[in-house]
Amino acid sequence: MRILNLAGRRLAASIPTLLLILIGIFLLLQFAPGDTVDAMMAQMGGGDAATARELRQFYGLDLSIPMQLGNYLWRLVRFDLGFSSIYGKPVATVILERLPPTLLLMTASLSFAFFAGLVLGVIAARGVNKWPDTLISTLGLIFYATPSFWFGLMAIVVFSVYLQWLPAGGFEDIGAASTGLARTLDIASHLVLPTLTLGLIFLAIYLRIMRASMLEVLNLDFVRTARAKGLDETRIVVRHVLRNALLPMVTLIGLQAGTMLGGSVVVESVFSLPGLGRLAYESVVQRDLNTLLGIVFVSALLVIAVNFLVDLLYARLDPRISAGT
Amino acid sequence: MDAIKRYFRSPAAIVGLLLLLVVIGMAISAGWFYPRDPLSLAGRPLIWPFSNPRFLLGTDNSGRDIAAQIFHGARIALLIGGAATVIAVVIGVLIGAFAGYFGGWVDTVLMRITEAFQILPNFVLLLVLVAVFGSTLTTVTIAVGIVSWPAPARLTRAEFLSLRNREFVQAGRTLGMKDLQLILGEILPNALPPVIVYASVVMAVAILLESALAFLRLSDPNVASWGNLIGLGRDVLRVQWYVAAIPGIAILLTVLAVSLVGQGLNDALNPRLKGR
Repeated sequence: MRILNLAGRRLAASIPTLLLILIGIFLLLQFAPGDTVDAMMAQMGGGDAATARELRQFYGLDLSIPMQLGNYLWRLVRFDLGFSSIYGKPVATVILERLPPTLLLMTASLSFAFFAGLVLGVIAARGVNKWPDTLISTLGLIFYATPSFWFGLMAIVVFSVYLQWLPAGGFEDIGAASTGLARTLDIASHLVLPTLTLGLIFLAIYLRIMRASMLEVLNLDFVRTARAKGLDETRIVVRHVLRNALLPMVTLIGLQAGTMLGGSVVVESVFSLPGLGRLAYESVVQRDLNTLLGIVFVSALLVIAVNFLVDLLYARLDPRISAGT
Repeated sequence: MDAIKRYFRSPAAIVGLLLLLVVIGMAISAGWFYPRDPLSLAGRPLIWPFSNPRFLLGTDNSGRDIAAQIFHGARIALLIGGAATVIAVVIGVLIGAFAGYFGGWVDTVLMRITEAFQILPNFVLLLVLVAVFGSTLTTVTIAVGIVSWPAPARLTRAEFLSLRNREFVQAGRTLGMKDLQLILGEILPNALPPVIVYASVVMAVAILLESALAFLRLSDPNVASWGNLIGLGRDVLRVQWYVAAIPGIAILLTVLAVSLVGQGLNDALNPRLKGR
């Protein structure tokens, strides 16, 4: 019950922020040269001014800016994100179609980065200032400095072009049209390189945080007590240290959710995955502002949702948090 | 002086400084070694590196000298990274200082705005800004600065919260100093060092953001940016992979240098936090 209470309060607190984002973005887009109708006319190969006026009236673009903003927010409340002239579908439909690959990619990268970071961080902390620590920390620094799109391209050169182990792009083989297990394996093999690429920078961050928080917890009194009781090191790490050292790692998931969504724009473009990130890129290139605004809205919702889940997880890991509020 | 001695005790910090000096050296000497426009045609397209002494690093798809683009690209990377960092730190320090000093509703409002910027994915916001304001060198730099200020703002606010009721501030208040005087003259100098150290992180991310934007061909196409070159190299990736590989290494080393120097400064200035 306490957890639900906490969750409800967090969600309510995020509504003003969300509103602020939407108003800000809406006003920002007023500066954009050209509007949806201009884009549509260009798509149709030009047209006369009368048609343009009619279309503007139809889309409510002839109203004053506060009226347009009011209309827009009222439509958002009903989850109506408008119509994408470029894709010829409602924006909500386009986004829903593109959401699954992105969510799959984000979950896979996050899990990879989290667990690999955890394991490497623990190994580094256990052998602090010895060669495994130096090696792992150096690798972490290099991963952090690697541009993800470049890593993706180099991975394609090595694993797709020369070794031919993995596909270079796409979400699944179109020709195969397989079902069930074969299809799952096909999609999985397409996702290996994007997952590594997107996860790399987060792996670097997670391993650094894990190493630091392990070192901190290893010095606390209760660890000394456990050692004094004669428990062996592995047991101490697994049973006592890990749970406490995990807290900063979990916080980080929430903080990084937005960065990860942003990163998927680049990674999805490198591997031509039909996801939300690639959609964002396409709508910038084609000036489909309705869709772009919809993506911003959905991204903000996603980040808020991830933070909400992190709060729940946090309360489970450390009961003091929910008891304290 | 102790701090300088501590800085040079760490091998990683020395390596970082040397790397950074190399990059700065490349940026300064670009006009000297490669006086021609780096985007002008220089020879046959797609000459492999080290196969022709005139083009040490080879040529790209349209026959432009890659080495010249790497040298001139160092200028662009440092320019955009540096300027965007200054913008981000100035905005962040101002907002963080006011929020932390005044507290109350000022803090609430400013922190809500900061939160809004943090919830929006950096890169998506950057795309929106570029879509709206276009992608010249200036707009891209400002846009990168605008998406990067929330973290310095939070850091500054935390510093101000812990400093605003210290004795030296209260002494100033008793002397009748105005709020602005206290913020700029008394608290800010004490709050600034951790923010300056953190600026290295902002700069590393700024360089990566611009290169990603350039890779997607949404940055300024008229400058020799490393990201632009990688974007070009992508078209010939399957056979001439070196076109994309070389500028990527340049970005990697520059970002690594900036991070190492930042970490070294941090360890040198806050010796108790070493190893965190």
